[in-house]
Amino acid sequence: MTVMTYIGAIGAAQREAMQADPRVVIIGEDVEANVYGTTGAGKARAEKGDFLQEFGRNRIRNTPISEEAIVGAAIGAAMTGLRPIVDLSYSSFLYMAMDQFVNQAAKNRYMFGGQNSIPVVFRSAMFYGLSTGAHHSDRPYPMFMNVPGLKIVAPASPSDAKGLLRTAVDSNDPVLIFETCLLWGLKEEVDEEEYRIPFGVARVRREGSDVTIVAIAGAVPLALTAAEALAADGISAEVIDPRTLVPLDKDTIVESVRRTGRLVVVDPAHRSCGVAAEISAIVAEEAFGSLKAPIVRVTSPDMQIPFSPSLEAQIYPTAEKIKAAVKSVCASRASEASSNISRS
Amino acid sequence: MNNTQTERGPTIPRDMMLEMQRRMLRIRLFEERASKMVRRGQIPGTLHTSVGQEAQVVGACMALRPQDNIAGNHRSHGHPIGKGAKLGPLMAELVGKATGVCRGKGGSLHLADASIGSLGESGITGSSIPIAVGAAFSAQILGEDRVALSFFGDGAANQGVLYEAMNLASAWRLPVIFLCENNQYALSTPAHTVTGGRIWKRAAGFGMAGVLVEDGQDVIAVHDAVHEAVECARRGDGPTLIEVMTYRFREHAEGLRLAVDYRDAEEREHWLNRDPIKLFRETLIQKQIADAAALDGLEAEVAQEVEDAVKFTDESPYPEPGVAFEDLYTDTYELERAS
Ligand SMILES: Cc1ncc(C[n+]2csc(CCOP(=O)(O)OP(=O)(O)O)c2C)c(N)n1
Ligand SMILES: [Mg+2]
Repeated sequence: MTVMTYIGAIGAAQREAMQADPRVVIIGEDVEANVYGTTGAGKARAEKGDFLQEFGRNRIRNTPISEEAIVGAAIGAAMTGLRPIVDLSYSSFLYMAMDQFVNQAAKNRYMFGGQNSIPVVFRSAMFYGLSTGAHHSDRPYPMFMNVPGLKIVAPASPSDAKGLLRTAVDSNDPVLIFETCLLWGLKEEVDEEEYRIPFGVARVRREGSDVTIVAIAGAVPLALTAAEALAADGISAEVIDPRTLVPLDKDTIVESVRRTGRLVVVDPAHRSCGVAAEISAIVAEEAFGSLKAPIVRVTSPDMQIPFSPSLEAQIYPTAEKIKAAVKSVCASRASEASSNISRS
Repeated sequence: MNNTQTERGPTIPRDMMLEMQRRMLRIRLFEERASKMVRRGQIPGTLHTSVGQEAQVVGACMALRPQDNIAGNHRSHGHPIGKGAKLGPLMAELVGKATGVCRGKGGSLHLADASIGSLGESGITGSSIPIAVGAAFSAQILGEDRVALSFFGDGAANQGVLYEAMNLASAWRLPVIFLCENNQYALSTPAHTVTGGRIWKRAAGFGMAGVLVEDGQDVIAVHDAVHEAVECARRGDGPTLIEVMTYRFREHAEGLRLAVDYRDAEEREHWLNRDPIKLFRETLIQKQIADAAALDGLEAEVAQEVEDAVKFTDESPYPEPGVAFEDLYTDTYELERAS
């Protein structure tokens, strides 16, 4: 085991995948110079561990700024023998290739009756919370969850980032990984050996009995901070990170809510039709009888992202907002008790 | 009156010439049969034929080898047929039968026969162009002796994705051929009213070869142009953009009846007289490659193939309902999600 940062773990997984299989290639804007820090050991070309030095331009290649062509070409290459990893840098740029994601990556295997598979990974980072303004702060995974045929991954820790990326490269279906830029420096003990984390298996980050907090991507550390503070107030919160949004580990979430009877879902993405809405609906359908209080969502509002730090900070979930939400659902313990009394 | 047919030396063997005629006939008779089935309500959905464009399709496909990839568009029954696909599973797909190439999930608009190197046709115009570029990229990286050919229309030639794809292919010297089937209309819109300059000339801006095939009704002319581009790609000398002038004889889609007659009667007449199959038949007779009786025999053989494909289709079952929930992912959790 060794301590790795979130971004370091992504780089480690990419190196492992490249070394393990010559069909794995990395393409993207500025990948050769390691601009985003996942294709080398450091920022200098000469430094040991540079991907271009190690693998050559047939395995790692800069692309023009042509998102539609890059994504389409990666799909075509995946259908014919390669296993590309496409670095799309900012998640906001995915929209440039929407047709390729939705009409080709997601549909080809299905509409051609399973004649081909499309083993391709699309990585991108969500740069929200860094004053990058409305064109660079998107958290667009919910819209892609609405496209059957894509697998959606949102790692929230270094060990998950490494293991999930290896599984993504092994997957014979298109995988979109949404990384959280705010977590790049987050550290954790990580196994330097190869390992994979299966898709569709949530990670219970903290066990608890009073309330279930399901947190997505960058919200996970916030939920853990909130849970810690809540413990001091005598509230035992369970924190679940689904890790992959498609497939989604419904069972772990539903089972937890059956035990705790309360659910708060925290998601940095917009509110409408989001992951939080989906998880709330699943729990309402499958564990309604166990709920002791209404489900509460803590999300970003349906609002664009302003530039000024003083404006932007209020938009996203915070540990404070999560704490308040948990307290509100736990407060209905009293009313529930009183209604039980009045019923008896 | 076949003086417009290319005068060519003996580089194309006799057998191959006959095979060209056979494949053009296959497309013609297959699609005429399919359009009849649309009228009778036996084929659901939308269907676009390549009738009139067979020379352009077959000339291009027969310049390719079996391992080469093709990607098509909405008008793509001809492309797999041109590359040698079996007719039965294609016809079964048009009807939506379990034995269709796509198990009844693609239909006419999303036909794909991977067995002949097809990467699939795209109901979204222009959308399959970068897919072909990707197949060329994998050939380059894996060192495989394979090229990819992308078919698209004059309409799609005005989509931005083509230019991203051409630039990428040129910058990386990928073994890909961009083949614009200029049938002079995008649905009802005359190409010249929405197209600045000539399509083939756009290649120059990307540092790649641009070729115009003025007579796309001449299967040999198309074949030769594509053959040269394929050789160039295989040598590692990069992509070519080819614009082939042709004409569709039927309506944009079967069953479509537009109140406005957007095509001039005289123009139609001119092109209907340039039927690629009739023209090539004359060439074959004139060059003494086959006589009229042999060519009639060939046509009868193909007609029988089409009837066999229809029989195969008729005798095939419709897919079980559960098939709708298969093939989304390679793993099995898809069913749980859908339910
Ligand atoms: C992106 C997109 N826009 C519009 C359409 C609707 N549409 C289908 S075919 C067509 C005309 C295409 O013309 P062209 O590319 O010249 O091909 P042709 O039909 O002439 O073979 C149109 C507008 C579509 N399928 N996809
Ligand atoms: Mg056209």
